[in-house]
Amino acid sequence: MIEINDIYKTFGENEVLKGITAKFKPGKNNLIIGGSGSGKTTLLKCIVGLHEPTKGQVFFDGENFTDMGFEQRVPIRTQIGMLFQNSALFDSMTVEENIMFPLNLFTTKTKEEKLERANFCLERVNLAGKNKLFPSELSGGMKKRVGIARAISMQPKYLFVDEPNSGLDPKTSILIDELINELTEEYQITTVIVTHDMNSVMGIGDHIIFLHEGKKWWEGSNHEIAHTDNKELNDFVFASKFMRAAKAKL
Amino acid sequence: MFHSLGKYILLLRLSFRRPEKFSVYWAEVMREMVSTGIGSLGIISIISVFIGAATTIQIAFQLSSPLVPRSIAGSIARDTTILEFSPTISSLVLAGRVGSSIASQIGTMRVTEQIDALEIMGVNAPGYLISPKIIAGVTMVPLLVIVSITLGIGGGYLACMVTGDVTPSDYIVGVLDGFNGLTVRVALVKAIVFGFIIASICAYQGFYTKGGALEVGQSATKGVVYSCVMILFADLVITSIML
Repeated sequence: MIEINDIYKTFGENEVLKGITAKFKPGKNNLIIGGSGSGKTTLLKCIVGLHEPTKGQVFFDGENFTDMGFEQRVPIRTQIGMLFQNSALFDSMTVEENIMFPLNLFTTKTKEEKLERANFCLERVNLAGKNKLFPSELSGGMKKRVGIARAISMQPKYLFVDEPNSGLDPKTSILIDELINELTEEYQITTVIVTHDMNSVMGIGDHIIFLHEGKKWWEGSNHEIAHTDNKELNDFVFASKFMRAAKAKL
Repeated sequence: MFHSLGKYILLLRLSFRRPEKFSVYWAEVMREMVSTGIGSLGIISIISVFIGAATTIQIAFQLSSPLVPRSIAGSIARDTTILEFSPTISSLVLAGRVGSSIASQIGTMRVTEQIDALEIMGVNAPGYLISPKIIAGVTMVPLLVIVSITLGIGGGYLACMVTGDVTPSDYIVGVLDGFNGLTVRVALVKAIVFGFIIASICAYQGFYTKGGALEVGQSATKGVVYSCVMILFADLVITSIML
């Protein structure tokens, strides 16, 4: 279980997060949504320790992650997989080497076992046989899938995903969402996804947190989101004519 | 300035933390050694031969007095090459070739979130990215300087053969006459320090890059400029202490 307690984050004079408290549901897709500049990515980076919160704590299974030093964080970090907005694959390594990288550093598996795991992860994201390609030879959707394969290579307990649909066509976006959803259910991973894609929200949003002006404005599921009377959330979710028409039919 | 110096020292401390897995770091050190050493061998060879040749011709030109033996040109060319041209000029060239590559490589990794990806995995990113480059710098730059000294003196010999300002035999006599081993020790100390300066300053500039492609370029430029200034400053300090 991931819990965040009263998280504040300030950059200079700019207070981006203003006291966010939430619990993320284990084994479910937890979505953080909100408009541009609402603090979604900053919150995600505070949770995984890429930013240190100005105030507040992050707990992983009751352990205070915020107060831990680098060495103490390593056992928790090896249970974390993350897919970055631009995939963040290591340019100098092949697809296979990217996936095997955490295995090389943190496991005592033999080379054959690591290769077997890399092949399994690639098959799982429908990229079998692409082992020897470099990131520069992959399309945007393929990079995301390799990013997912690398994120799950260590069989993580927590999966963090930053804007999985950015730069992808709608069909590929849905495929990536479905893949994340399948992995979450299959391995009972606690997944935290930052997105502003409404297909993702309606498709895989088991638990949704809506941020507005750096605060938690609303919390619920994708079934509840259509019936909320929260004005800011409605303005965000039903911004397009298509979504308003879809809501009218409900 | 003190803030930057503090950040630089802290980054160096993080860089030499105990590695997660020695074998992975060792492979990285080998890769960096090949990139720095073998990759720079061509340019270092070319500039060393030309500088050695030009230096010898200029020294011969200045030694016009019949009272000064012509072989002295070989001695002066040797000491100048060992003490100054090979360590300093080679390091300034390496700051441009290797330093800019280090700063832009690490800077690109920063702006494309690859360093964040390392940190999320629990990898000590400064250790994994910077320490192999520093180790490669302090081991490969002295080797390149030794190659440069040899080729520089060889370049002087070629100049003697081509121009005839000093006969090759006089040049060889001069090169062998009054050789002091201290000059080579000074050159190697300089090379080790310069190798450290190039790798660490450029890595620091790259590691704290913020923004995008423009800022990566700026980091590379800053890395090269600061490295060159520090190389010349360290050159003065080492020379005044050791000679």
